[in-house]
Amino acid sequence: MNPKSSLSIATLVAAALLAGCSSGVKLQETPPVETRTPQPVGGAAATGSQTPAASTSATPQSQVATVDLTKQGGSTAAADGLARIVYFDFDSFVIKDEFKPVVEGHARTMVANKQRRMVVEGHADERGSREYNLALGQKRAESVVRSLSLLGVGPAQVEAVSFGEERPAAQGSDEAAWAKNRRAELKDR
Amino acid sequence: MAALGAWGLAGASLPATAQFRVEISGVGATQIPIVVGNFRDEAASGTSIGGIVRADLARSGLFRSSESPQPLDERSTVVAAEWRARGADAVVGGSVARLADGRYDVRYKLWDAVRGEELLGRSQLVVAGDLRLAAHRIADEIYQALTGEPGVFATRIAYVLRSGRRHTLHVTDADGERAQVALASAEPIISPAWSPDGRELAYVSFETQKAVVWVQSLVTGERRQLANFRGSNSAPAWSPDGRELVVTLSTAGIAQLFVMAREGGSPRRLTSSSAIDTEAVYAPDGRFVYFVSDRGGGPQIYRVPPAGGSPERVTFGGAHNISPSISPDGKLLTYVARQGNGAFKLALMDLANGGSVRLLTDTNDDESPSFAPNGRLIVYTSRERGRDVLMTTTLDGKIKTRLVSSGADMLEPAWGPFNR
Repeated sequence: MNPKSSLSIATLVAAALLAGCSSGVKLQETPPVETRTPQPVGGAAATGSQTPAASTSATPQSQVATVDLTKQGGSTAAADGLARIVYFDFDSFVIKDEFKPVVEGHARTMVANKQRRMVVEGHADERGSREYNLALGQKRAESVVRSLSLLGVGPAQVEAVSFGEERPAAQGSDEAAWAKNRRAELKDR
Repeated sequence: MAALGAWGLAGASLPATAQFRVEISGVGATQIPIVVGNFRDEAASGTSIGGIVRADLARSGLFRSSESPQPLDERSTVVAAEWRARGADAVVGGSVARLADGRYDVRYKLWDAVRGEELLGRSQLVVAGDLRLAAHRIADEIYQALTGEPGVFATRIAYVLRSGRRHTLHVTDADGERAQVALASAEPIISPAWSPDGRELAYVSFETQKAVVWVQSLVTGERRQLANFRGSNSAPAWSPDGRELVVTLSTAGIAQLFVMAREGGSPRRLTSSSAIDTEAVYAPDGRFVYFVSDRGGGPQIYRVPPAGGSPERVTFGGAHNISPSISPDGKLLTYVARQGNGAFKLALMDLANGGSVRLLTDTNDDESPSFAPNGRLIVYTSRERGRDVLMTTTLDGKIKTRLVSSGADMLEPAWGPFNR
């Protein structure tokens, strides 16, 4: 095998891997397994002058390996002319009249362009448990997705997800902040 | 991006934490006076075994521990009358010796100074990284010998530390010391749940810009996605045998409970409602899955057999009851109860005796309770000067301890199992 053909095979493999990565929302028959090299964090083992011979063969039961994801970059949605946030009343999932044009505007562009993919992120204010708020945010996002579907957007074009109370738009523990945090954001993907 | 790079993994970049400190002590509680000498040659080992044992026992609220005024080890001659005269009911002496293979031999004896007899004498061989664990095990053995209950000093607690946009899943000794990072992420991490064997943590990570349930081996760091379906995947809860997990999925358009094999695969739907069902937790005997549902209007706690069936409502008082945790003996339920004034407090329900309920806290922002494996303590979060801190409470609510991390929020504690 010459170098050129092995390079093209590598490119094909890389392309196949990338294609696999882009379909992150599909059911996964076999869950991916990531293996990272354990890195002891601080403690006597890291700072001691000499590592005891035994600890090289026997891993301390107390050891916890660190996986660091902070080296990866985050994703940002591209902007266009349409507003992208729908706000909700306390404990409500109803899209208020003032936000219907936002949903309708995005529905029009998605019906016109079946290739357009969006994700609707639901959010909740900080009151209550994180898991319950995650479910509340999901319900808000589903409410927007349902409206988009009724306007002709295909199910493969849009996914409802939730960040619960984890990504507040406004900091603070008062109604002004909470009102800004009870929302659904429409993002391109 | 420079800030991202600077986050690093060095221990020095972690916000400093101290031990859980006893904040509120019960009035009239009887405390056993115990003398624990510094272990002979412990200085050379780099770990103050005696000090760790003393601090563990004191933090339980059941002991008044003090250092020995004279050198003590497991070979000391202990004259009971002399120690009684000094007000000690029990005496502990021990030693640490480094062996040729690099391991350490940690030995101790516990004497009953009231009856003048030797109660315990043990030896452990550990690597340097497990010297603190050895000290906690000794404290557990002393606690059990003198109170009749198993101790939880050698167990661990998982929690999430949030500092700015950095989220780290920590595993710490039960005293709050030696926190180690299991996962560091620029996106939120919530709902850590220990496998029954203590080797793995299931948790929810938003690293892929949505909620996905992961399972991670603590020792190797190997991790896999357990549930990554359309919508949100969250609230993992292990079955007592470790073979299955209940998760919350939104594939049906709203959060519902599903059962999955620990290896993953196809989920089996457990609840079918048109309301939110989430925050599942198994009863220790595996007969029920307790969960939160707003099918009755506001969120309340229900239970359903893991094979399926019709859910039964458990909480009735108050309009908003969430975050259940069941005691290891299955008799008690702790949860977060919103009060009429909007405050969130810890409540304890006696499941065996007609469901009587009492409040365990007098703070206003209490969340995320988790029972210790001996059922004597509950870890939870509360808010102090705008920061979330970790707290523990005894079941009578009288003895509380607090763990604060400077400049960071401590969230989502989960108390690990015994097996360690």
